[in-house]
Amino acid sequence: MTQLALVIDLNVCVGCHACVTNCKQWNTSGAAGPLVDLNAYGADPTGTFFNRVQTFEVGEYPESQTVHFPKSCLHCEDPPCVPVCPTGASYKRAEDGIVLVDYDKCIGCKYCSWACPYGVRELDEKRRVMTKCTLCVDRIYDTSLSARDRQPSCVLACPTGARLFGDVHDPASGVATAIRERGGYPLMPEQGTRPANHYLPRRKTEYKIREEDLVRADNPLKIDGTLPRHDVPGDATEDFAT
Amino acid sequence: MHPAFSVLFLTTLLGAGQGLFLALFAAEVAASIGIGPAPGREFLAVGGGVALAFGGLGLIASIFHIGHPERGWRAMARWRTSWLSRELIALPLFMAGLFAWVVAQFMLPTATLLLGAVTAVLCVALFICTGMIYACLRLLQEWATPLTPINYLLLGCASGATLAAACAAVMGSPLTGAFVRAAIALTVAGAIMRVAALYRNRRLRPRTTLQSAIGIPHPRIRQTAQGMMGGSFNTREFFHGATPQKMTAIKWGFLLGAFALPIALLVLGPAAPAALVAAFVVQYTGLLAERWYFFADANHPQNLYYQAIS
Repeated sequence: MTQLALVIDLNVCVGCHACVTNCKQWNTSGAAGPLVDLNAYGADPTGTFFNRVQTFEVGEYPESQTVHFPKSCLHCEDPPCVPVCPTGASYKRAEDGIVLVDYDKCIGCKYCSWACPYGVRELDEKRRVMTKCTLCVDRIYDTSLSARDRQPSCVLACPTGARLFGDVHDPASGVATAIRERGGYPLMPEQGTRPANHYLPRRKTEYKIREEDLVRADNPLKIDGTLPRHDVPGDATEDFAT
Repeated sequence: MHPAFSVLFLTTLLGAGQGLFLALFAAEVAASIGIGPAPGREFLAVGGGVALAFGGLGLIASIFHIGHPERGWRAMARWRTSWLSRELIALPLFMAGLFAWVVAQFMLPTATLLLGAVTAVLCVALFICTGMIYACLRLLQEWATPLTPINYLLLGCASGATLAAACAAVMGSPLTGAFVRAAIALTVAGAIMRVAALYRNRRLRPRTTLQSAIGIPHPRIRQTAQGMMGGSFNTREFFHGATPQKMTAIKWGFLLGAFALPIALLVLGPAAPAALVAAFVVQYTGLLAERWYFFADANHPQNLYYQAIS
């Protein structure tokens, strides 16, 4: 069964907020109506965002790392926000596993946001309904867009390629491969929500330099003291760049 | 969690109305099996009317805490999974049963015991549904305990018994003494259970930490930026915004106002209307503070993501 989700690579996210602004722009200009953006140029701005990038410092200076952490709805396989909704406005699609809000049924009681441990559901103060990441469901099935554009806006916006989109239940997909090979993990596993979005951990790129890489262990010129012969066919060694 | 005043008024008003009905019906049942004096039809009808009024005021308060009250009828749809849905079914049924019981006092006196029994079952169900709305959220460890619906039931019954004593004193009913004794017993029981909940919450260990929230098992993690400099729904809805001193003051306020002072007034004061009405007003104010503290006490795991503005 298909479960569409995002995989966020914490190894390459630089915290540029391109995904945040692109998500807000797409969801403000789309069919669902504008997102709240109060006092945008004033002293105390506030607004509704589906995706936010947070920054954490891991370790103590000077052995510290700055981790930029994008967070949007994780489209849990066992979403706690769905059973608590009294009207049924919060639902998980069977065909692709996206968790959505039906704005026509939502009464804005905020019970679903209490149940979500990740804080990814926000009340739109103007429309008085709960809003959250839709995984760009209005983009990914829109055949009037090109195949490359049929992805969530945040995935297209990321300059470092930190966001991957696909079916996590399909073992051959890019996202499932990334999770498997790079140790992708879900957030707050003790909450029992089984998020579909996964995060790829930081990894250290290391290469061990050995003595024999710097100085050749076998040196035919030194052993027999003669220059190599070009007219004799034989095994080429990488000493001779042709 | 941020305590919304509309929810504080809703739960305390409704709780007092439900407790008042249970006290009146208990008096009616006791009289029918020979214990205690007969309450009298007028007293029961007037008391039931007061309970209906409290319930109605609670319903009006509830309109202010949802975004689209005109769609409120849709909220009964998911009773199979949502305690909020179940409460929204139990509430109008209870109000209808209470109304029928009040009307039957004059129109159909032989049916009042049956109607009262059905309404009493609905009343207890409503207490449990309202308490379970909070207790079923396992991520809020301070709320996820059987003490939550038990305390809601006990405190509703305690305030209802005090209200019944006040009504009885105002109407000169012979049941005033019995209601005063019931109010004392229920308030003491409520105090014991609420203090038990406070002790339990003080010893809680958080199940979710910043390590599991971002999936990095390093012992030293701190947030440097939460992604925005202004506030958002996440910074308003899940935090009470009060200083620790204010929290402590409200805690002692409700321990005094909802429990200590009313017990003192009920035990030491005369069974006169003014004293009992004062006891109810003091207890109701204390219960508002108790509800505020109940909401403010809960720590939502999402707060781990909103700690610092760089």
